[in-house]
Amino acid sequence: MAKTPEFEIPPFRTELENPALVEGAMAHCQPFIAAPEHNTDLGFPGELVDNWEMKAVEKLGDLLNKNRALRVYLDSCVKCGACTDKCHYFIGTGDPKNMPVARQDLLRSVYRRYFTLAGKIAPGLVGAKDMTKDVLDDWYKYFHQCSQCRRCAVFCPYGIDTAEISMAARDIMDHIGLGTKYNNEILGKVHKIGNNLGLPENALINTMEGLEEDVEDETGITVRFPVDKKGADVLLVTPSADFFAEPHVDGLIGYAKVFHQAGINWTVSSHASEAANFAMFIGSYEQMHKVAQRIRQAALDLGVKRVIFGECGHAWRVAYSFLNTLAGPWDFLDPKYPKPQHILEVTYDLIQRGAINLDASANDDKVLTFHDSCNVARATRMGDVEGGQFIIPREVIKASVNKFVDMNPDTTHEKTFCCGGGGGLLTDDLMELRIKGALPRMEALKDVVDNHGVTHMAAICAICKSQFAKVMPYYGFPMDMIVSVHQLVSDAILLGTKE
Amino acid sequence: MSGLTLAYALAFYFAVVVLVVGVAFKIGQFWTTPTPLKIPLMPAPMTRKGVGFRLAREVIYFESLFKSNKWIWIFAVLFHAGLVLVVLRHLRYFTEPVWFWVVLVQPFGIYAGFAMVAGLLGLWARRFVVDRIRYISSLSDHLMLALLTLIGVSGLMMKYVARTDIIALKAFCLGLVRFDLQPLPSDPVLLLHMGLVALLMIVFPFSKLLHVPGVFFSPSRNQVDDAREKRHLAPWAAKLDTQSKI
Ligand code: SF4
Ligand code: SF4
Repeated sequence: MAKTPEFEIPPFRTELENPALVEGAMAHCQPFIAAPEHNTDLGFPGELVDNWEMKAVEKLGDLLNKNRALRVYLDSCVKCGACTDKCHYFIGTGDPKNMPVARQDLLRSVYRRYFTLAGKIAPGLVGAKDMTKDVLDDWYKYFHQCSQCRRCAVFCPYGIDTAEISMAARDIMDHIGLGTKYNNEILGKVHKIGNNLGLPENALINTMEGLEEDVEDETGITVRFPVDKKGADVLLVTPSADFFAEPHVDGLIGYAKVFHQAGINWTVSSHASEAANFAMFIGSYEQMHKVAQRIRQAALDLGVKRVIFGECGHAWRVAYSFLNTLAGPWDFLDPKYPKPQHILEVTYDLIQRGAINLDASANDDKVLTFHDSCNVARATRMGDVEGGQFIIPREVIKASVNKFVDMNPDTTHEKTFCCGGGGGLLTDDLMELRIKGALPRMEALKDVVDNHGVTHMAAICAICKSQFAKVMPYYGFPMDMIVSVHQLVSDAILLGTKE
Repeated sequence: MSGLTLAYALAFYFAVVVLVVGVAFKIGQFWTTPTPLKIPLMPAPMTRKGVGFRLAREVIYFESLFKSNKWIWIFAVLFHAGLVLVVLRHLRYFTEPVWFWVVLVQPFGIYAGFAMVAGLLGLWARRFVVDRIRYISSLSDHLMLALLTLIGVSGLMMKYVARTDIIALKAFCLGLVRFDLQPLPSDPVLLLHMGLVALLMIVFPFSKLLHVPGVFFSPSRNQVDDAREKRHLAPWAAKLDTQSKI
C-alpha cells in the first residue's frame, strides 16, 4: 500500500470537467538542482554563472537561429486557448502555468522582450518580460512540470509543440549552470558506464546469466541472453530498466523468447546498454548526438546487421525519428530491414508470417487494455502504414491475450495522455507532480476496470511502466496491474514448436 | 489635392511597404532557419503530397482546432471565412472593369461582414468569460480584437448607416494603384475604416498575425514522416558529425 503523501490525491472527476484555476498551486514543486559535478561532467557550468541574465538571452538567440520550430512557435501563437485544457499536469493540478500556452509564455515573454520590436518598445502591451530571477525561477519550476508529451500540439491550430519550448528552456538553463540532478547525473552515468542505472559490464553479464537460468528453470528450455556477442546478427538496444525492474524484465524475457523461437542470433552491448537518450529531455542536440554515437560504435564493433530497440517511449522517438540524423547513415546494416527496428515490429512480423506460435489462452486470467505511450504515439511510427504505432502493439496484444478493451478514445491513439512521469520527471523529488499528472490516465483506466472488467494495462515504455507501478496504488489500483507487452507474449509463446 | 488625400495615400503606401517587406523578412527568417531534427506530429503523412493535404486541411477548415474546441472553431471559422469573402468583395475597388467572379462574390460579401464581426465578438467574449483564456490574454490580444472589430463595424456602417460615396472612393483606390492620386471622400466613418486598415497592415509583421505565414512553416505539421528512409541533417549539426566521426 502506498504511503499517505502530504498532498491531496486528485479525486476522479465525474464529468471530466476542467479544474478551477488555482494560481501558484504547484509553485512549490521543482526537481532537485544538479550538483556542480553533474553539470560539469556534461560540459555545462557547475553553478549559476555571474552574468546569467545576459548568457540566457544569448543562448536563446543561438537556439532561435538553429531551430526553426522554436522561432515559428514563439511567433505564431494567437492565444486562442485551444490547448489550455489539454495538459495532464493542468488537469491534475489546476495551476494555470501548467496550461501549455501559459507554459510557453514563460519563455515567449522573454523572447518578445529581447527579440521583437513590439516587446522592445511596448513590453507591457504584449506581455514581454525582462530576464529576471523571478522569471528564471518560474522557468525552472514549470519547464520541469512538462513531460514533453506533445499532447497540446495535437490540438493547436499551428502545431505549436510545448515540448520544443521546454527543451529549449532546459537547454538554456543548463548553459547558465542550472541543471537538474536527475537528468544530468543520469547522463553522466551513460557517458561513463553506458547506461542510465550505472550498471557495469560484469553486473550486466551476471543479470543476463541469471535470466537464462530463470527461463530454463521455468520452461526447461535454454533461451540465450547474450552480451557483447561478436558476429551476432541483431544488436538489441533496450532501456536498462529492462535488466531488472518489474515489470520491465518480463518484457526482456519476452524479447529473448521471440528471438529464440525465430532463430534470431542476437546480443546486447555493454557499451550501449541503454536505449533511453536523456539528452532529449534536456534539449541538448550535442549531448543527444554524443549518446547516440555509442549505439553506432557498438553496432560497428559487434559487426551486427540489424539494430532493434526494446520497449521504450522516448527511446523509440530518438531511435525512429532522430537516430538516422544523430548517428547515421546506417548503410553498413542490412538494407532489408528498417534501420532501426522496434521489437514490436519484429514480433508482429513473425506472428504475421506464422514464424512464432502463440497460445492466447495462457493469458485467459487477464483482461487487457493498452496505454499508448506519448512519444511512441505522437513522435514515431511502427511498420509501414500511417498510424502503425497504434495498430502493431494492439495486434501483438490481441495475438497473446483473448480479452482486450480500449480505453476512452479521447485518451488513446494520438490523443493519449502521458503517464505523468515522462520527459525527465521520473524522480521522487517530483512525486506530487507525477501523481497528480497521472489523473487523466487513471480516470480512463478506472472506467474500463469498472465497466469492462479490465485487470491489466499493458505499456511499451520503461518510464510508463515505472511511473504506473509507483502511482497506481495511490489511485487504488494494484501496482502489478501494469505489464509489458512482451510479458504477455512471453506468457503466450509456445517455445519449442518451431525449431 | 487635399492634405487629407495625400496623408491617406502616403499612409497606405507606407503600410503596404511595411506589410510586404516585414512579412517577406519573417518568411525569409523562417525559411532559412534550419530544422535540426525530424519532429512531425504523428501520425504524419509519408509523402510530400500528403503533407500538402494536411496543411490544406489546417488552413481551409482548421482541422486541429475542430478536434480541440468546437466553440473556438465556430468563431474562428466565422471570422476567417467572413474575412476572406469581405476581402474578395473589396477587390471591386481596385479593378476596372470589375472581374466577373468578384461581381459574383458581392452579395455574399455582405453576409460575410456580419459573420466576421460575430466571430470576432465570440472570440472576444471568450477572453472575458472563460477563466483559462482570460488568464492567457494580454492587452495586445484585446487590442487586436478591438482593431478588427472596429474595422468590421465601420465597414458595415458604411453599408447600412452612413453611406459613403463609393464612386469617389473607387477613384481614390484606383488612383493609389495607378500612382495617379484622386481625392478621397472625407466621411469620418470611411476615414476611420481606412486608417484602421492601414494600421492593421503596419502591425501585421510585428504581431501574432504572423500565424498566417507561421502555419505553413510549423515543422510539426509540414514535415514528412520518412526519418528512417532519408537522413535529415541541418548544416550546423553536420559539423558535429565531422568532429566526432566514428
Ligand atoms: S492552441 Fe496553439 S495558438 Fe492556441 S493558445 Fe495554444 S499554443 Fe497558442
Ligand atoms: S507537452 Fe505535454 S506536458 Fe508539456 S505542456 Fe504539452 S501537454 Fe503538457
